[in-house]
Amino acid sequence: MAVIINKDTRVVVQGITGSQGQFHTGQMLAFGTQVVGGVNFDKAGQEVHGVPVYATVHEAVEKGGANASIMFVPAPGVKDAAFEAIHAGIKVLVLIPEHVPTQETMEIMAYAKQHGCRVIGPNTFGLISPGEQAKMGIMPNHIYKPGPVGIVARSGTLSYEIAYNLTNSGLGQTTVIGMGGDRVIGTNFVDALELFNADPATEAIVMVGEIGGIQEELAAEYIKANVKKPVVAYLAGKAAPAGKRMGHAGAIIEGNRGTYQSKVDALTAAGVKVAALPWEVSDLVRSSLK
Amino acid sequence: MKLYEYLAKQRLAEHGVPTGGGIVCTTPAEAEEAARKIGPCAVKAQVLVGGRGKAGGIKLANTPEEAKARASEILGMNLKGYIVDKVLIDPQLTIEKEFYVSITLDGMAKLPLIMASAAGGVEIESVPHDQIVFSHVNIATGLLPFQAREIARKIGLKGDLAKQFVKVLTGMYAAFRKYDAELVEINPLALTDGGTRLVAADGRFNVEDDALFRHPEFPVVEEGTELEKKVKAIGLAFVQLDGDIAVMANGAGMAMGTLDTLAHYGGRPANFLDAGGGSGVEPTAQAFDALLATGPKAIFVNIFGGITRCDLVAEAIIQVKKSKGINVPLVVRMVGTNDVRGRELLAENGIAAFTEMGEAARAAVKAAYGKEA
Repeated sequence: MAVIINKDTRVVVQGITGSQGQFHTGQMLAFGTQVVGGVNFDKAGQEVHGVPVYATVHEAVEKGGANASIMFVPAPGVKDAAFEAIHAGIKVLVLIPEHVPTQETMEIMAYAKQHGCRVIGPNTFGLISPGEQAKMGIMPNHIYKPGPVGIVARSGTLSYEIAYNLTNSGLGQTTVIGMGGDRVIGTNFVDALELFNADPATEAIVMVGEIGGIQEELAAEYIKANVKKPVVAYLAGKAAPAGKRMGHAGAIIEGNRGTYQSKVDALTAAGVKVAALPWEVSDLVRSSLK
Repeated sequence: MKLYEYLAKQRLAEHGVPTGGGIVCTTPAEAEEAARKIGPCAVKAQVLVGGRGKAGGIKLANTPEEAKARASEILGMNLKGYIVDKVLIDPQLTIEKEFYVSITLDGMAKLPLIMASAAGGVEIESVPHDQIVFSHVNIATGLLPFQAREIARKIGLKGDLAKQFVKVLTGMYAAFRKYDAELVEINPLALTDGGTRLVAADGRFNVEDDALFRHPEFPVVEEGTELEKKVKAIGLAFVQLDGDIAVMANGAGMAMGTLDTLAHYGGRPANFLDAGGGSGVEPTAQAFDALLATGPKAIFVNIFGGITRCDLVAEAIIQVKKSKGINVPLVVRMVGTNDVRGRELLAENGIAAFTEMGEAARAAVKAAYGKEA
């Protein structure tokens, strides 16, 4: 079992012919993902790793049966490509690119909501369900294995670190979701917690958060009211000064909102075990599963 | 990116928001000429620092001669590190009452958010929430006049003034959308001319960096230290901190986690540097070089290779070592894509690399301070 993507997910790659699109199509295929098509208007009829390239998403849906899309187009083209995918009936849309103008992200989210399409990202590493051999993302293939832990993370490499530690200590994953580092994202902590809470195969949940915004605080409220499964968190940015944006658009402490301490306090009060260091997460998960 | 006040007001004025019709000047003679047209005026330094009035960057002048004298005092002045090269000659207003109005991006609601208040003229953070009207805009339909009318009523405006407010707010929203703003703020929106006219007495307009490619018309205003500008020019996210262990990591979260881990073991990080995903040898070497130039007590490199290849990071470090030499202790931790090859390359060049993050962080602290803190 897994959430959002599984062995029945049929993926189309928008921007399949670019260097990132080609490379990650190969990696997704190697993981066992059903990549049924790619899209490039000017290169329709070609193949990438044996995957047919269509002119439009609509054709990939009609001829290839695609129901999910992962996007590798440059940021200025993301709005158009996202609307195309949603309009064609895609129900899971993974937006890898960073630097998408926020107002355009807002337009995408409004359109997706209207059409019942789940958006992951933008500025995300994607998501992966190891037991279902389903991957829509740019994460390294070898650091995951099937198991009982659901992970939801704001950042990529830090979540790789934590997933790798979990895998090495024998704790595999149901699904790992990269939420993305932007201010406006399609799927946030609360959305992911709701999914993992309802997934029978997920026995423990790991949150990888960071300073800035109030997502972790809202997650804490949700956990307190709804989640019975053990939740372990690691939060980055304890040593970060206020008023400085730490790479991600959302990772900035403004006023007294979004500080490390406010997040730790909120999560601890909700019964979440918060790890002080990244590699402590696996021990906390193990002890909470006993 | 923040726009200067005069540019902010130009954006508003072109969308029908009354701004008083100030004139931007670069010399005292221009200021004198402008004051002749405008009458009694305020001479306002065009800098992007808060509290410029208190710092002497805003002065009143009643005659063209006074405007010239005040402008010559302000032009060339150093205001909190910024040299003033432009002043705005703005008409003096007799203000009856001050309102506040802004449009921002609300990340949680995923919609633009209007905030308005009858308690203007002060920082909005200091205004109690029950005195602020909060109203989200449906991004698909845009701001319709009815919503602006409702907000006008809630902040106590009636009749013609309410109609003026609707024009101000719809103009602000049009400018907000056209220029991909992340903030448009008028504070104060001043009630003048004996309570008959609303004028934007001050304006803030921040264009989102990710949309600047669409707006080449704006002069680029770079903020940050010289070092921050230098590393940002390579295309990497960088923030200078006040410690003495330079840090390079890949990914924003990992970079933050690395700082936290160093601090946990008593280290004082000198910077945040996200060396990016999939950066080539050259930018990585340039960033490393920039870190070296700050004279840290040690350098800590922490890489979890995904799309970043460890062997390329190793090559970048070796390139710097061979071309310029690395004269401070260097601690490298490397796992993930091509990590074995990366660690081999480093070892061949006399650099030991760790695989465990905690062990490496402790080694970096020890290398910097000669002992574990």
